Amino acid sequence: MTHRWRLVLFVVAAPAFAVLFFLAARGLPVFGSEFHPYGDRAVEIATRQRTTANVVSSVNFDQRAIDTLGEEFILFGSVIGTIVLLRPAPEEREVGRRPAGGVLPTTRLAGYLLLPVSVLVGLYVIAHGQLSPGGGFQGGVVLATGWHLLYVAGRYAALRRAAPPTVMEIIESVGAAAFAAVGLAGLVIGGAFLVNFLPVGTFNDLISGGTVPVLNGAVGMAVAAAIVLLLSGFLEQAVVLRRSPEPRVDSSIVARSKEHR
Amino acid sequence: MMLLILLALGLVAVTGTIVVLTREPACQAVTLSVFGLTLSILFMTMQAPDVALSQLAIGTAVVPLMIMLTIQKIGGPR
Amino acid sequence: MTTLPYLVAGWLFLVGCYGLVTSRNLVHTVACLTVAQSATYVLLLAVGFRSGATAPVFADVPVGTRVVDPVVQALSLTDIVVSATVTAVLLALTIQIHKRHGTVDPDELRALRD
Repeated sequence: MTHRWRLVLFVVAAPAFAVLFFLAARGLPVFGSEFHPYGDRAVEIATRQRTTANVVSSVNFDQRAIDTLGEEFILFGSVIGTIVLLRPAPEEREVGRRPAGGVLPTTRLAGYLLLPVSVLVGLYVIAHGQLSPGGGFQGGVVLATGWHLLYVAGRYAALRRAAPPTVMEIIESVGAAAFAAVGLAGLVIGGAFLVNFLPVGTFNDLISGGTVPVLNGAVGMAVAAAIVLLLSGFLEQAVVLRRSPEPRVDSSIVARSKEHR
Repeated sequence: MMLLILLALGLVAVTGTIVVLTREPACQAVTLSVFGLTLSILFMTMQAPDVALSQLAIGTAVVPLMIMLTIQKIGGPR
Repeated sequence: MTTLPYLVAGWLFLVGCYGLVTSRNLVHTVACLTVAQSATYVLLLAVGFRSGATAPVFADVPVGTRVVDPVVQALSLTDIVVSATVTAVLLALTIQIHKRHGTVDPDELRALRD
């Protein structure tokens, strides 16, 4: 389909969609209404039976945990797909690694200072998913992005050494497998897949919610490793690998990466 | 509270439009990051701190970074 | 005000689609897709909103307080993280296309195929 035909199709389809969507929106409960039958039941179950203060975590990791298992494996599958697509081509080789000296000292200092803080925040967010806003998904991403402050500080080599892809792949697989294993344990102990079989503890305690913190930890591992793997794949492509027909590309690449900075 | 939500909704609609109308991918990574930030402000005003945290980490950091690295790899717009 | 948030979601979807059909660069296409996708988050959270209620977290408010719908929040928060990995697949495909064909313009790619 050419550019013009795509635009014609859009001009025809967009008003039709707009009219239908407007009619559908008029049929929805008005914004801010009191009509939330599913939400009310989820809150009821989370606070009365499962003692999970953060109802969103209770929905994600307990009441609708099988959905999250599906999401977890979409994540797993797309990370594998990205790694396969980003593997180095035969004609590419490692050239033009950025010299660490090009980073401003203040940037480097900020990177080093913020690295432990953001890693700690990531771990905190994962661990307190059952109490306060957060959990494995958000905490995992914070952990992984905080880790990349090493790259901002100009230590790409250190980043590669500290998080080797093989180790990250193992962590990601263990995280995904742990989620499924908790589900199977529920099947054996509680009689249903992913049933919350652990004692639910005291409301608003760090150890509460039964399997919710366990699954949060598993998802946190998997998501953190997944984002580290994705970013390291892109970083390798963008920073390290170049198509190199002749060796002297080396110096020009270094010069160009300096210009970019 | 309603006023804040209205304001955030307006910001989201405007920044989303700007992201689409930014044709240069390198500039778009920046506008996309701003769009992610306004979205997480909207989620915050709509009493969804979990979603706002998720959007903040993904929409303002991870996705724009991946787009920047892709542009760096393919050599920017010709 | 009663339907405005839904209309903003529809607007984001349409604007994203407009970007998709007029895009001249696959990286730009991927960014427009994320805009269209964020329409679903706005729509879901707007459906779950309740005026004057607090967030569905009972760590520091007594049980029984009016809260907004937690189910739609759970749906959108996992989707945001998973959508980032799907975006990564699309960007990796873009890099591969650039390696194979030397261009990321959809129309030029079509010309190469013909």
